[in-house]
Amino acid sequence: MTDITIDPKDRRGPGEADVSLDPLPHYVSPAPFDPMSVEVMTANQERFNQASQWRLMWWRLLRHRVAVAAGFLLLALYATTLVSEILAPYGLDTRNTDFIYAPPQTVHVFNEGRLVMPYVDGYDYRLDMTNLKRVYTPNPDKHETLRFLCRGDPYLFWGYIPARFHLVCPADGGQLFLLGTDRLGRDLLSRIIYGARISLTVGLIGVSVSFTLGILIGGIAGYYGGWTDIMIQRGIEVVQSFPHLPLWMALGAILPVTWSPILVYFGITLILGMIEWTHLARAVRSKLLSLREEDFCTAAVLMGATPARIIGRHLLPSFMSHLIASATLVIPSMILGETALSFLGLGLRPPITSWGVLLGEAQNISVVALYPWLMFPVVPVIVTVLAFNFFGDGLRDAADPYH
Amino acid sequence: MLGYIVHRILIMIPTLIVISIAIFTIIHLPPGDYFSTYIAQLQSSGEHANLQKIAFLKAEYGFDRPLWEQYLYWVGNLLRGDMGYSFLYDMPVNQVVGDRLLLTFIVSFMTILFTYIVAFPIGVYSATHQYSLGDYALTFLGFLGLATPSFLLALVLVYLAHVWFGISVGGLMDPSYMNRPWDTGKAMSVLAHIWIPVIVIGTAGTASMIRRLRANLLDELQKQYVVTARAKGLHPLKVLLKYPLRMALNPFISDIGSLLPQVISGAVIVSVVMSLPTTGPMLLDALRSQDMYLAGSFLMFMSFLTVIGVFISDLALATLDPRIRLQSGRRQ
Repeated sequence: MTDITIDPKDRRGPGEADVSLDPLPHYVSPAPFDPMSVEVMTANQERFNQASQWRLMWWRLLRHRVAVAAGFLLLALYATTLVSEILAPYGLDTRNTDFIYAPPQTVHVFNEGRLVMPYVDGYDYRLDMTNLKRVYTPNPDKHETLRFLCRGDPYLFWGYIPARFHLVCPADGGQLFLLGTDRLGRDLLSRIIYGARISLTVGLIGVSVSFTLGILIGGIAGYYGGWTDIMIQRGIEVVQSFPHLPLWMALGAILPVTWSPILVYFGITLILGMIEWTHLARAVRSKLLSLREEDFCTAAVLMGATPARIIGRHLLPSFMSHLIASATLVIPSMILGETALSFLGLGLRPPITSWGVLLGEAQNISVVALYPWLMFPVVPVIVTVLAFNFFGDGLRDAADPYH
Repeated sequence: MLGYIVHRILIMIPTLIVISIAIFTIIHLPPGDYFSTYIAQLQSSGEHANLQKIAFLKAEYGFDRPLWEQYLYWVGNLLRGDMGYSFLYDMPVNQVVGDRLLLTFIVSFMTILFTYIVAFPIGVYSATHQYSLGDYALTFLGFLGLATPSFLLALVLVYLAHVWFGISVGGLMDPSYMNRPWDTGKAMSVLAHIWIPVIVIGTAGTASMIRRLRANLLDELQKQYVVTARAKGLHPLKVLLKYPLRMALNPFISDIGSLLPQVISGAVIVSVVMSLPTTGPMLLDALRSQDMYLAGSFLMFMSFLTVIGVFISDLALATLDPRIRLQSGRRQ
């Protein structure tokens, strides 16, 4: 035993501190001791820890400002396709024979310094005899006040319900051409709004075709491996070594002229989808190749699950988010493909109206030089594609667990 | 290396065979053939077709024989450099295409060159100056370039040139050189005209190339050996050039496989808009009038160009990267 000498200073109770000798008095908290106290999470941390894969992805996506904005824009664009008839001031095929190639009108809200209901100036028409250009001059005396939530051109809502309700209509006997008119005097803005229906859905249907093909073929290649894999890989290489556009053109050209517009529409989406699946198939294959070696897969095999069930129930869900993100990035190329084909006259044909069909009118440079507003459908195409690219990029970053 | 080349060539042959079968199927998919349409057209306008000549052509090109024989005949002719007969132009395809194939090749080659020359410095700058103002601006420009379809860009450029300068930018050479044999004057004229289509076609490819190079280089720059090299006080330029850049260059070359089909696709539609004397407008005409031999031979030529391009890029990649040639493995 060693001698323990106790310094008298240490026998002091609380409150008797000798300030000059001991600057830090000994203190013990009377609160009950909880060994887990460091581990306790705030409500927020708890929520984060419990969140599902999809929820985490959603939060990561929300941090991506540009992607969120692009997502809202796309949502709005797709929403317009539900109510195209109401948004468009004119019907799809309404011809204003007195206003062929009329330029865009400007909406005024101020008249002689006072705020008034929005109005446009009516047009005076004159034919320029030197170049036979139709010249329209706004006439300030023709004061045409717009009507809102009004009765205008009759239409069949979604092709069935007859109605005449529009968000905005021209004044009685007046005109409203915010983006001008084409060679038959049809309002370009209305046609762009209707065209969105076709142009935007082509990508969606096409991508679902690609998605199905990609998962099916990539799944088979990745799960079985070996010879199947090698054959499928070669097949994918063959498809990828075709230049897409000429192939699309060739396939578009062989769609029979006698087909109804709706059949042509589905034919085109099928053609677009049948060529774009290769990237998805490759993504699925490479993921499956590594995942099928995992223990949970072996467990499923031992329990007697069929390959289809293993792929569909156990393997695919583990990278579904990633697949969806890649699919989002395929949609713009399909929209562009449709636009290019229709522009060349090998895709959709009138009376179907898509942005590409509308741009087909702008093919002749001498017409465009006189009536440049025919190029307006370029704008929605670029905006949509840009939005899809930003949104898909954000989605991919959010789906990537290693980011 | 020799083993690798042989391996690649052996893969290339079945690929080309499958492609030719696919194209031949497409040629024969439309109901009827050029002649039935042609005869119907003539009859509807009250004229008589030269049935004798048509019968001769039909026999010559084996329209009455079974499909597989027609296919073998077509491929055999292709191998001997005979691309078949264009019924639309009423002369052999070889004569119809003439200069066009060469011009298509020149335009594609120049476009790829342009893509590399522009994408390389911009990509490196973007990666080394990540999140700087210049990087943001270039990234946005890149996205815009990616989103703008080449034919719309061509349309807008042609329009602007027409309105601002009052000139037509279409064509690949001065009209006076159109049907003349090649000489220095013609070559210079082509060089003077070629840059607009090259820029238009190359924009999308350049944009995606910049993004890829930037991403690759960024990955590489974050690795430990770069940090070590920096810590040891190596000159920043040397750190960049010695290893990370070389690593990031790999995809630059292997990407030619995806770049080539893109360039050729773009060239087809842009040349329609800008009326370039390349194969694009002719392919469109041929498809519209179901002149399938012409169309098929074009498609075959374009695919062949792509396959050869990928082959060359694979060889270049193997020379650069020993891992690839030693495994003699497949590209992933």
